[in-house]
Amino acid sequence: MDFAADRPIYMQIIEDFKRRMIRGELKTGDKIPSQREYAQMVRVNPNTVQRAYREMENMGLVETLRGQGTFVRVEEEMLMAMKKEMAEEIAERFVREMKDLGFDYEDIKMLVEKFLHKGGQSND
Amino acid sequence: MIEFSQVTKQYGKVKALDSISFSLSKGRIIGLFGPNGAGKSTALKLIAGLSRPDRGKVEVDGQNPQAAKSKIAYLPEVDYLYPWMTIEGAACFIKAFYPDWDEHKYKELMHFLNLEPDMKINKISKGQRSKAKLLLAVSRRASYLLLDEPLSGVDILSREEIINTLIRDYREGEQTIVIATHEIGEVENLVDEVVFVKRGKIVLKQEAEVIRQERGKSLVETMKELMKGE
Repeated sequence: MDFAADRPIYMQIIEDFKRRMIRGELKTGDKIPSQREYAQMVRVNPNTVQRAYREMENMGLVETLRGQGTFVRVEEEMLMAMKKEMAEEIAERFVREMKDLGFDYEDIKMLVEKFLHKGGQSND
Repeated sequence: MIEFSQVTKQYGKVKALDSISFSLSKGRIIGLFGPNGAGKSTALKLIAGLSRPDRGKVEVDGQNPQAAKSKIAYLPEVDYLYPWMTIEGAACFIKAFYPDWDEHKYKELMHFLNLEPDMKINKISKGQRSKAKLLLAVSRRASYLLLDEPLSGVDILSREEIINTLIRDYREGEQTIVIATHEIGEVENLVDEVVFVKRGKIVLKQEAEVIRQERGKSLVETMKELMKGE
């Protein structure tokens, strides 16, 4: 994966794992690559990967079992919270950028409704 | 730990390093970044014990670098290998000097880097020569690995192989790697800490992640900003 060069990499690693968990690509019990494997896969400093893994352990997203590897361990409640948090970030960024472009409350609402409507139709 | 205390090194009238002080802690990958002629190579040579400061002191683990030589592997920017030698011949040469040579690692890496023992230094491409230099430096289990422009003049595929090698063989916690380069882009994701050097002085020494966090900028952008007017 490509990392943005202007944001801390360990944070982007954590986000990448969170996203995979939210999408269901990674479920509780799944083994994730070892730190060294992952560092090689994404070509990042092994110390940075170590930090990301340690923080994910502290957050209760993964668990490292001695001699066996690192496994996903994420509870439904946590998953929902992560999902909500990510949705809020996207919404916040969207609103901020729209306001930057000079749109007001009504404009933004109308635009969102328009696209929700479109999306709804195409899903039918 | 590597420590510089008020180190000055002069070549004629030019101060390559101008009274610099800094320390690099163990077990990390450090980028020594700056434009050509900033003093990066001079700093590496002082750490490697290949030259001595005119004023001030350089220490590696509290020792004089000359005394700490057995812990230090140095990859110079220039071609130091004898052109008539084969890779194997050059390896034997180094093996004789350094007891920390790791034959198993050497053989494995040789294969990984697509090199052959009987390749002659003057018959191989620049990219292969750079990989051979890296192979010889990394095959020692040295605590300190000093790399001077390890990617300069190397084609993109060999660059990737060199970077992969560094990540693959990095010994977390015990090994310290110092990479001196003016081409930051490629090693941006590889460094824990960055020391920016400009005209023999340190302009910034900071954790790479802190730079990204606090400035919201890449290391390349940060370098451009710091080196304005160069």
